[in-house]
Amino acid sequence: MRHVFSVRIGPIGFRIGSDWRAPIAQMESLYTDYPGPHDGVPDFNVRLFAARPWRRVIRPSVMIGGDFVLPEAAPLPLAQGLLAAEMGMNLQMALGQRRYLLLHASVVERDGRALVMTGMSGAGKSTLAALLGTRGWRLMGDEFALLDPATGLIHAFPRLISLKNAAIGVAEAAVPDGVFGPLLPGTPKGDIRHLVPNAAAIAGMDRAADPALILFPRFGFEAAERYVAPSEVFVRLTQASTNYVAMGERGFDALTRLVTTVPARAIDYPDTDRALAQVEALWRDL
Amino acid sequence: MARPVTDGWLLARALRTPGNTLALDPAGWAALIATARAEQMIGTLAYRLEGLRVPQAVARLLADARASAAQGRVVALWEAEAARRAMAPIGVPVVLLKGTAFVAADLKAGQGRSIGDLDILVPRDRIDAVEAALISAGWEWVKPDPYDDDYYRRWMHELPPLIHRERDRMIDVHHTILPLTARITPDAAGLLAWSVEVEPGVRILSRNDMLVHAAAHLFADGDLAGGMRNLWDVYCLVDQFGTNGLAERAAHHGLGREVARALRLSAALYGQGARLNPADHLYLRRLTARDGWGRATRPFTRLGFYVRSHWLRMPPAMLVRHLWTKWRGGHRGDIV
Repeated sequence: MRHVFSVRIGPIGFRIGSDWRAPIAQMESLYTDYPGPHDGVPDFNVRLFAARPWRRVIRPSVMIGGDFVLPEAAPLPLAQGLLAAEMGMNLQMALGQRRYLLLHASVVERDGRALVMTGMSGAGKSTLAALLGTRGWRLMGDEFALLDPATGLIHAFPRLISLKNAAIGVAEAAVPDGVFGPLLPGTPKGDIRHLVPNAAAIAGMDRAADPALILFPRFGFEAAERYVAPSEVFVRLTQASTNYVAMGERGFDALTRLVTTVPARAIDYPDTDRALAQVEALWRDL
Repeated sequence: MARPVTDGWLLARALRTPGNTLALDPAGWAALIATARAEQMIGTLAYRLEGLRVPQAVARLLADARASAAQGRVVALWEAEAARRAMAPIGVPVVLLKGTAFVAADLKAGQGRSIGDLDILVPRDRIDAVEAALISAGWEWVKPDPYDDDYYRRWMHELPPLIHRERDRMIDVHHTILPLTARITPDAAGLLAWSVEVEPGVRILSRNDMLVHAAAHLFADGDLAGGMRNLWDVYCLVDQFGTNGLAERAAHHGLGREVARALRLSAALYGQGARLNPADHLYLRRLTARDGWGRATRPFTRLGFYVRSHWLRMPPAMLVRHLWTKWRGGHRGDIV
């Protein structure tokens, strides 16, 4: 392909090819401190391409391709090329990853132990992870927790933090010295702005961590907390996993081990300060 | 960044002589892996390269592919078992075709092979009973379109595809191996009569008929999509069983030319080579039309073979009628 960028995020190498320079230039700048794939060989390929040759120039729109594709993915305008690349990378993971059980979750680490936060879109897991990352925790990722069936450890996947709508302002205020990507207004998911994980997150991305607490946060309610039984955690995490079925018995064993050895809590929170206090309190009581 | 000049031959050579991959640079590995994924042969490649001292990142990736293929095998065999249970009460054995047959019989061709749908062959005069048995066991129609449904039932060699409502897996129930509209009519009853039991209620085609089917599928039916994988099947079957009696059996089904071509092309890609005629080179050009990003290349060659596949499948007047109906239907791209 005309323009190429390779990067490694945690254990996963990507090669991104593009018909246009712009998305590649943005990735080079935002992922500037990241290493390349192990041995120079990517795990996954992402392609950003024009559906027809002339669409490279006239009303350019970006089709997302790769090793693994969904049949009816809609193209994005070139101004959202960075988002297209990020979506393409997530898609390769969601559809093609078979080494790790993927949990749709954000993860932060302290003292070698991981806090896994999962929940519906809009629950605030990206925002909480970004904030915790500035308050003594190491951000391991805001999209996928990579659970290794062989060891039970969680591997980091600290790609760009994807902030949506109101979360953008919250993060800009809380992380004033953060490196942000361009504001992408009017995407299929609303306004999006990417935040580059901080230096500690990037420097530590090869360190796996022992899961210590699973949290189901929920934004917009009075502060509350609730014990969640392993059976419920199991079911909710199968729904939060993109490759649980494809992993077969390895996925079942990994998830069973996780839910039977790691405690889980659901928390409701009215604002992020309150949530951070709740998290610290739960962590102290472990 | 320089673009490596590459096509499907990169994959063919890696499968033929695995040791040569040790000379690949990182860009070469990336291209080989992308090509293998696009041809749905990453599992096959992973088994073929097992034990070689490949770079660690590649070793990990190939180990993932082997684990994935092993899981695919479990799922495919379970699906075959589900069909066996559904058809046992009506006394029709499940005759497995293609990938599921290879793994059920533990053939070399099944090692690492990706398996999509479950393909089975049943006697044509029992097809209504089989359909009813499958539907009562939880399979459902995929294609609601009446034209497609009618087309399948009148002219195709299989029922419209059924999908299981809980397991989300598709089954293709064939009563022969080529569309009824094709100019060649293989001996479907003979395929069943010569089939071999692998376990009670589960059978596969005889080794020569498996080769005939692979060749028929490739050269007398489709547009050569997935051809590299199909020819790998052919190569493995020949390597494992030889070709004793194959020419006679192929002639019996009216597929002598197709089988001979399959043998030449599989030997050219994966074996010791063969004496090729000019048309063979065109086929190879189509079969290897893939770049190092896994993209389909050579659009005009591809289009040519696509048109050819329809030409083979139906007489001209019918083809025109079919394409007209499909075009009017809004060309949704799901042309039968």
